Amino acid sequence: MNNLIILPIIIPILAGMVMVIFRKNIMLHRIFSLAATLAVGAVSFVLMGQIKTKGVQALQLGGWEAPFGVSMVADMFAMLLIMTTSIVAFCCLLYAFYSIGKERELHYFYPLFLFLITGVNGSFLTGDIFNLFVCFELMLVSSYVLISLGGTGIQLRESIKYILINVISSFLFLVAIAYLYAMTGTLNFAHLSARIATVGQDGLMMTVAILFLIVFSLKAGLFLFYWLPGSYSAPPTVISAIFAALLTKVGIYAIIRVFTLVFYHNPENTHFFIGLLSAITMILGAIGAVAYNDIQKIMTYNVVVGVGLILAGVASFTAVGMTGALYYLMHDMIIKALIFLLGGTIIHLTGTSKISEISGLIRLHPSLGWMFFIAALSLSGIPPLSGFIGKLFITEGTFSAGYFWLGGIGLITSLMVLFSIMKVFTNVFWGYTDLTLEEEKGTTKGLLLPIGILVFLTIALGLGTESIHEFIDLAVEGLMNPNIYIEAVLGNHSK
Amino acid sequence: MSILVGVLFAIGIYLILTKTLLRIILGTSILGHGVNLLIITMGGLKKGGPPLLGIKGLSYADSLPQALLLTAIVINFATTALFLVLSYRAYKVLGTDNTEQLRGNKNE
Repeated sequence: MNNLIILPIIIPILAGMVMVIFRKNIMLHRIFSLAATLAVGAVSFVLMGQIKTKGVQALQLGGWEAPFGVSMVADMFAMLLIMTTSIVAFCCLLYAFYSIGKERELHYFYPLFLFLITGVNGSFLTGDIFNLFVCFELMLVSSYVLISLGGTGIQLRESIKYILINVISSFLFLVAIAYLYAMTGTLNFAHLSARIATVGQDGLMMTVAILFLIVFSLKAGLFLFYWLPGSYSAPPTVISAIFAALLTKVGIYAIIRVFTLVFYHNPENTHFFIGLLSAITMILGAIGAVAYNDIQKIMTYNVVVGVGLILAGVASFTAVGMTGALYYLMHDMIIKALIFLLGGTIIHLTGTSKISEISGLIRLHPSLGWMFFIAALSLSGIPPLSGFIGKLFITEGTFSAGYFWLGGIGLITSLMVLFSIMKVFTNVFWGYTDLTLEEEKGTTKGLLLPIGILVFLTIALGLGTESIHEFIDLAVEGLMNPNIYIEAVLGNHSK
Repeated sequence: MSILVGVLFAIGIYLILTKTLLRIILGTSILGHGVNLLIITMGGLKKGGPPLLGIKGLSYADSLPQALLLTAIVINFATTALFLVLSYRAYKVLGTDNTEQLRGNKNE
């Protein structure tokens, strides 16, 4: 029992509810939302310390014992992600203060943002698969509103597609849960894991496992990512940044959780299938990133490539590959927010997203240019920045699992990512300066601070890999040994 | 029961594949009902009495699927409402409810 675990869910939702009441007071909204994300970050830091000394923490809601009530479980994996989420959310909020505009602020932007964070944190913490569905829906409904907030034509058009695809995947999720419940009679992750370990993962169970994989792939953008480029380029910069940083990652988290804790008995089929999908995802994403000449399109296709690479590490199902996947997951959350904010700033300054229409921006904005350069290098995994270590471990993991083709595709697509992002850099920042400061559509006032924080983080995560290594190791140990998780939740019942 | 679920799924998917926005939304709604029925069927039908302390019986019905169902209905209701409002707004702004014309063009 540890009541701290519920706080990352309670804090943002309460703050959001209070903010809905005081609608006109934008200053209060800003202060509350910043305070809420900071508080969640602090709680996750404290919890990480507790997990390190006392093992995985669990909370049984309402005092109902594990298989009967809903449990909240904080293991190192979830806490690392919550920590990164709060950092990214903090930076996005800072960016939003100067970019989102009064109209959207008045229409509940900050409460919706916090509800989204609630859903994300809830998905990371929950120990019950139906509760995972509920948290997914909380996150998705907030995202439906955020994506259409402002009501421009393109936003409405894309949000309809986005909602439709997510509604259908939610129904599939429910179908999968129904079948799983019929077969096992439980919904608790730990209990599911224990029961499936005894009955074995045979034909029917495999079907359900693949159904779950399809559902989470739709959310994560693994292979079934065709909705993603359109809907991520429609909303304002800060919203697409938070989507790119968090929403797909929740899908990835769900895949990792379900396929390391519940359906891990038949890796030569399920994990091979994940590997296959991730390889196709990486190739298609990289082709998309190289093919387009539009900053937003290039950025969204890079999200797709990132998803593929993380799941390549998961597919290897080795400790090394998993370590890489975790490093890369954290890196990817930071870098995707960063690259979207940078790209959004460029579009904000010039009023266009075509890279052929922009040039020589580095003379006017040297700091923006250099930060974009660092972000680009980090994105493609150049040492000593944060992308490198994850990519290294993922490649090593796939090689040691015998999936040489998967590691090879990962490396080739890294080069294509580097090419696509350098294409943006050379076109936008080099060449003649055909724009003067007066002609620009906006200023960088206030926008560079959150970008600077994220750039600092990607450098720090790259150079300070050693310092978080023990946390990552602990998380990987928990993922590779489901018994640690089961014992923390079920206690004596598992024996 | 499972045949009914199948029929609802078929109608729902057929409607989702049509071009008119309103039909698509109705399709998702029907699909949602199919899913709800599936959940309740998966819990086993009509076996045992209500799981209350005062009532004595040899076996009790499983109440968990009903709890799940209730949550799913509420969520389904909320998303359908949001979806309807949004499509109405989209119809107002974009002037069409045909998905063929919602693809977007290059001049935006």
